[in-house]
Amino acid sequence: MDIEQIYHEESGRILATLIRLLGDFDLAEEAMQEAFALAVEQWPKQGVPGNPRAWLVSTARNRAVDTLRRRISFEKKQDELQRLIEARSALASQDEAMIDGDPMSDDRLRLIFTCCHPALRVEAQVALTLRTLCGLTTEAIAKAFIAPVPTMAQRIVRAKQKIRDARIPYRVPPMEDLQERLTAVMLVVYLVFNEGYSAASGEALIRRDLCAEGIRLGRLLCELLPKEMEARGLLALMLLHDSRRDTRVTENGEIVLLEEQDRSRWNQEFIREGTALAEAALRTSPGPYSVQAAIAAVHANAARAEDTDWRQIAALYDILRRLQPTPVVELNRAVAVAMAEGPLTGLRLLDELEAKEELNGYYLLPAARADFLRRLNRWTDSATAYRQALALVSNEAERRFLERRLAEAEGKSGVGPSL
Amino acid sequence: MQYMLLIYHSESNWDKLSDAERGKIYADYIEFSKNITASGHYKGGNRLDFSSTATTVRVRDGKRQSTDGPFAETKEQLGGYYIVETKDLDEAIALAARIPGARYGSIEVRPIPLMTAAA
Repeated sequence: MDIEQIYHEESGRILATLIRLLGDFDLAEEAMQEAFALAVEQWPKQGVPGNPRAWLVSTARNRAVDTLRRRISFEKKQDELQRLIEARSALASQDEAMIDGDPMSDDRLRLIFTCCHPALRVEAQVALTLRTLCGLTTEAIAKAFIAPVPTMAQRIVRAKQKIRDARIPYRVPPMEDLQERLTAVMLVVYLVFNEGYSAASGEALIRRDLCAEGIRLGRLLCELLPKEMEARGLLALMLLHDSRRDTRVTENGEIVLLEEQDRSRWNQEFIREGTALAEAALRTSPGPYSVQAAIAAVHANAARAEDTDWRQIAALYDILRRLQPTPVVELNRAVAVAMAEGPLTGLRLLDELEAKEELNGYYLLPAARADFLRRLNRWTDSATAYRQALALVSNEAERRFLERRLAEAEGKSGVGPSL
Repeated sequence: MQYMLLIYHSESNWDKLSDAERGKIYADYIEFSKNITASGHYKGGNRLDFSSTATTVRVRDGKRQSTDGPFAETKEQLGGYYIVETKDLDEAIALAARIPGARYGSIEVRPIPLMTAAA
């Protein structure tokens, strides 16, 4: 195993343990970098140690204690001295087994709960999770979120400061808080994935990385909290979405609808794993991720678009809207019902949704209407609805898709019945 | 670590409560204060008079300016505070959630920096 590979696979776990031992994000990060630098220097000459991770943790730990000692002798800072005493007493109770045993996994679990603490803003939670648990550089995170590097750097620095100054604890929350806190962690994981999956702009490579990191964090949650079925639902959802990633856009960045995607290019391995996870997650009272995963699984397991079991999807949306009574879920349900029972039923449901006015300004409402009208060959009305959708859409790829559909509808206007 | 738990509430809503309702809230506060004293978290606290009794003081160019009322018009006003000693933010948040005012107003949890608390 080379150092680069060890860095990629182990730095998250090593950093998590160092943060526990040292109680300071920056000190831990600095110490880990020093330990890796030392490894680059020593390992080629002396050989890779038997347990590289344990070597890196104890080397970094010793470096950090040296750093603290130096700082104290120069500055005689009271709180630094306190930290050294604490770090030392922590070290005294650690033996090599603690570095390499199961508690390592717990360290990453502690770290993710700290990074995703509700006292931090969600954007800060996402950035800090990517920086510490995934080991992404600040530059890469900034690029992924299309934010200036200094802005992102400041966001991470502030989050670390708040963790230290407000004393956000470094531990897995007690049982009574676990559900609430896990919801926050899962949201961050899903945001990481979605940032890579849904946005059409930005560099493809970094977006792919974000999806991979989201899935990696999802796997970690499942591994560390095996009883949490909703975590499996989340992992299933990400795998099933990601199974389609190569077929969702053309090489020119044009959107390809689900029904027009080349299903032979879907990642069957992800579909198998995601479907099995979704089925397991559905067995006990499923949460929103599990139900969404089940919906994605129904799509993924249809050999052809016309084989899609829309009735089952509509039934799943019925469950989802009880869990998440949002207008967007209602809209998706309307589309599923329309696919199962016909576009006329769909149009009636859209009228009801429109009357509630909650989706005013949301481009997918007129876009869905335009699509139902298109399926009814009502081209003039369809074109009108596409124009309404175009006035509201902001994403470039989605705009181009709607423009293509509008051109088709305009071309056929006057051919079909107009009401 | 010490935290200040600042209790914000709407004074106009408070005015609309009946005497019995206010009495219940006072009793809840007395109960809460007793509990956190017994658990060793309590370091201090007070109810504050209405913001209409407040005076804001500034010194500009060496000149003292006193004006009526708080700095800005807001929906909720500072109505009181506790100072508590807890081991971390989670414990402070858990205490804040038990303050009667959390049910109708909001509680701001602010750490008191170590140096200040020690002095």
